[in-house]
Amino acid sequence: MNVRLYLAQRATALLMVPMILGHLAIIFYATRKGLTAADILGRTRGSVGWALYYAAFVVAASVHGAIGIRGIAMEWAGIRGRSLDLLMWAFGLVLALLGLRAVYAVVIG
Amino acid sequence: MSDAETMIDVSIWRGEGDEGRYETFKVPLRESQTVLDIVTYVQRNLDPTLSYRFACRVGVCGSCAMTVNGRPRWTCRTHVSKVVESGKLEIAPLANLPVIRDLATDMAPFFEKWQEAKGVFAPSQTRADALAEISPQSPERKLVDAAIECINCGVCFAACDTVRWNEDYLGPAALNRAWTLVNDVRDGDNAGRLFAVAQNGGCHACHTHQSCEQHCPVGLNPTASIAGLKRRTMQAYIRGELA
Repeated sequence: MNVRLYLAQRATALLMVPMILGHLAIIFYATRKGLTAADILGRTRGSVGWALYYAAFVVAASVHGAIGIRGIAMEWAGIRGRSLDLLMWAFGLVLALLGLRAVYAVVIG
Repeated sequence: MSDAETMIDVSIWRGEGDEGRYETFKVPLRESQTVLDIVTYVQRNLDPTLSYRFACRVGVCGSCAMTVNGRPRWTCRTHVSKVVESGKLEIAPLANLPVIRDLATDMAPFFEKWQEAKGVFAPSQTRADALAEISPQSPERKLVDAAIECINCGVCFAACDTVRWNEDYLGPAALNRAWTLVNDVRDGDNAGRLFAVAQNGGCHACHTHQSCEQHCPVGLNPTASIAGLKRRTMQAYIRGELA
């Protein structure tokens, strides 16, 4: 961990705190109102707002999680140097790819 | 009343480098006896080949730290009565440092980290300049005062989980020292020091477990110093001052 990674991890955490609360509120709303998949897709399809909200969430989570995995891999698995950075980038990119694919699916189709 | 002395079982780590085992000695219990007294008794009366390190015996020099019943402690100021468990004492060398022999560890890695953290004062004036006036009430000096009394015993280094997991980590003592210099208004190399502690293995590697604060024999809080370094390096990074 260095100052650059530290700042990236803290900044994404800061960003995610309100987003997680919003995400939970949405889950509660959708389940309590009994919204169907079609209802949800009806609201998210073509919505720039939902696209931006969840795309930012996915990117923040990918950055945050990848830096966390880097720390665990170094301290608990003894991985160092280039392999460690490769692991971090690979984990972050896979996470971002999976998340953005899901965002694409609910916003565009 | 019996004249028979109360004896305790003392297990002491014996060996060189990574190889070794515990050897048990029977040592008489005395009033106000310290763990260092126990070790000294064993060496003077039972086995003169026992290696250990001490100097001042009064908690100033930081030489005699060892692992006592699983915890790092300054042995000269640790009363046996306070740490003995079921009449037993287990004494080992400090953790996280290479063992030279028996209870003596090689402190070189510990002090090399001080150098890496730029724990050395960098003068900004010459002897021709007037003495700097530092008010004891100034905020910077108060921060220095809170962290300056480190005796370099290595107890925090031995107690730290991050030191154990991450060989690059500078450790609580070196970072605490860096923090005192960052707040020393006379120092001329704060940019270099902040850069040094902002790298991999620097202050940001700390997990804030606070074992250093828990174990520090002189009651310092290196975790707070490290938190200060995290804040200061982050500000410097955002301002583009970390070259």
